[in-house]
Amino acid sequence: MTSTLTIEPQSEIVAAASVKTSKMPLWKQEGAEPFLRIENITKKFGEFTAVDNISLDIYKNELFCLLGGSGSGKSTLLRMLAGFESPTSGRIIIDGVDMAGIQPWKRPVNMMFQSYALFPHLSVEENVAFGLKREGLDRSEVKQRVAKMLDMVQLGHLGKRKPNQLSGGQRQRVALARSLVKRPKLLLLDEPLGALDKKLREETQFELINIQEELGVTFVVVTHDQEEAMTLASRIGVMNHGVIVQTAEPHDVYEYPNSRFVAEFIGSVNLFEGRVVEDLPDSVKIDSKDAGKILHVYHGISCAPNQKVHVALRPEKTHISKEKPEQQENCIKGVIEETAYMGSLSVYRVRLASGMEVRVTQPNTTRELGARLTWNDEVYLYWDIDSSVVLTS
Amino acid sequence: MKRRSLFLNTTATMGFIFLYAPMIALVVYSFNKSKLVTVWGGWSLKWYGELFRNDQIIDAALLSFKIAFISASAAVVLGTMAGFVLSRFRRFRGKMLLAGWISAPLVMPEVITGLSLLLLFVAMEGAFGWPSGRGTSTIIIAHVTFCMAYVAVIVQSRLSQLDETLEEAAMDLGAKPSSLFFLVTLPLIMPAVISGWLLSFTMSLDDLVIASFVSGPGNSTLPMVIFSKVRLGVSPEVNALATLMIAVVAIGVTGAMYQMRRQAKLLEKQGG
Repeated sequence: MTSTLTIEPQSEIVAAASVKTSKMPLWKQEGAEPFLRIENITKKFGEFTAVDNISLDIYKNELFCLLGGSGSGKSTLLRMLAGFESPTSGRIIIDGVDMAGIQPWKRPVNMMFQSYALFPHLSVEENVAFGLKREGLDRSEVKQRVAKMLDMVQLGHLGKRKPNQLSGGQRQRVALARSLVKRPKLLLLDEPLGALDKKLREETQFELINIQEELGVTFVVVTHDQEEAMTLASRIGVMNHGVIVQTAEPHDVYEYPNSRFVAEFIGSVNLFEGRVVEDLPDSVKIDSKDAGKILHVYHGISCAPNQKVHVALRPEKTHISKEKPEQQENCIKGVIEETAYMGSLSVYRVRLASGMEVRVTQPNTTRELGARLTWNDEVYLYWDIDSSVVLTS
Repeated sequence: MKRRSLFLNTTATMGFIFLYAPMIALVVYSFNKSKLVTVWGGWSLKWYGELFRNDQIIDAALLSFKIAFISASAAVVLGTMAGFVLSRFRRFRGKMLLAGWISAPLVMPEVITGLSLLLLFVAMEGAFGWPSGRGTSTIIIAHVTFCMAYVAVIVQSRLSQLDETLEEAAMDLGAKPSSLFFLVTLPLIMPAVISGWLLSFTMSLDDLVIASFVSGPGNSTLPMVIFSKVRLGVSPEVNALATLMIAVVAIGVTGAMYQMRRQAKLLEKQGG
């Protein structure tokens, strides 16, 4: 797959690759020029504001994921980049060119649709060739590029088939080939893996990353699936109600969410409500009624004394045991209300004295059933002071 | 279960007898040897022979086919355009009105359609001398008028089922709206367009009332000739002619239905 790939401009690809390995990412560099600049974009449909004053910079060779639930405005934003919707206000600048008034068929952008939108009356080859023919390229070049692209997505042998003779995964690859063959500067992907089953998704995720790195195209992916975003993205923009709540690398979005919304949307989380009682230089102590004691969080935040905050704790960072642990801090007692065996891990729902329910997941490191915790067991929950995060909003 | 299927079978049989007995009688009698329509005199193809030696009937048939062909073709173009407008432009002022207008000829009594067209043609001739007199061209115009309504309705319903992201995908890949229509939209609604053509063709071939209003001397279509012959007394020749017309119409309608089913399948596949 890699060896047959000679898509131009090659020098750029090599350069891009070396940048990736040798330097830190562009979005961390001071004064780096963004490839796609979204400036104060707002889109209203009548009274409804779908996208609310979003500004966002995306850099060359990024794989940027817009993550949000349905109605968060992520698809509208994508459709504005493609030119199917025009913003109510604000500017979109792609590679230094303002896209205002530029029709979809003139933009250096291609889109892969959620439904794939393959033309049912055309064969796989004709589908992929469609965009090249519109450019008026001569027949031999179209043929050559189509063949190369189909080989890349491993569909060279199915070129004569119609879309309805293909499996879901094959259709997805045709759609990808069709949107890449025009060598767009920016590729937009709308829920690219949404229609695939779990196993195929996982394979395709890595394939997408490989292709993106090989071609050096900038990807903007829209998805509601947090796992998909985590695996694919160089950075994630979490959207809610038309606003980007947090933009960060996957690791940071998960470990350092900036708000309750992000913490709850990505993965599951236990939130203890409380008030700041002591603001130490690199940690805070929070009195939480939910936990029934003072929690200690190793996290430098700026907060006022007595401010209402939430302590966010991921289920997998919580230890659970029947024996009383040595540590005194961040340790609470509870009763197991429900357990679920999920194969690789077990999930426990523990009821605290305050009435709050805490979710705990533990890897199943042994095959034995006997040692496992069960209903109505009295347990201690405890965690390290750097396992939880304080959320002020 | 068994009793119910017996009930269903009986109902279906009765219904079909009710619908088709008259036509079967007509077809059978077209092979009658006897000159008297009501008396059976044995099998014969004699009246088919007579039919093809009758110049008046042959001319009328050729005229009817010519009119049907031209009006169906024109109606398909205009009807597809109208159907496209109706389904693609989401909101524009007067859309409801246009939608109502386009389907009005479907429910309008033919006598009224015919009469109003006749009045229009006469008035136009008086005002700017066209059409001079009535004849083939006025029949064609009249047929296009009511046929395009059928085409528009068929095409519109197909277009509304068509996935609009296909058109967006084409635009995204660099197709301008004009080429987009011919490269993507039209091929996908082709079965509906063909079925619209076949229906128009059959309806134009069938029409007696409207054609009677707007035709001129020496421009009698086949249904008009049959009707005038029947008024003078039913002849076995007319039975033979009617049988042939039933055959043509049946082929047309079957073809239209086949195309519609093909369209449905195409859309199904696209969805899957």
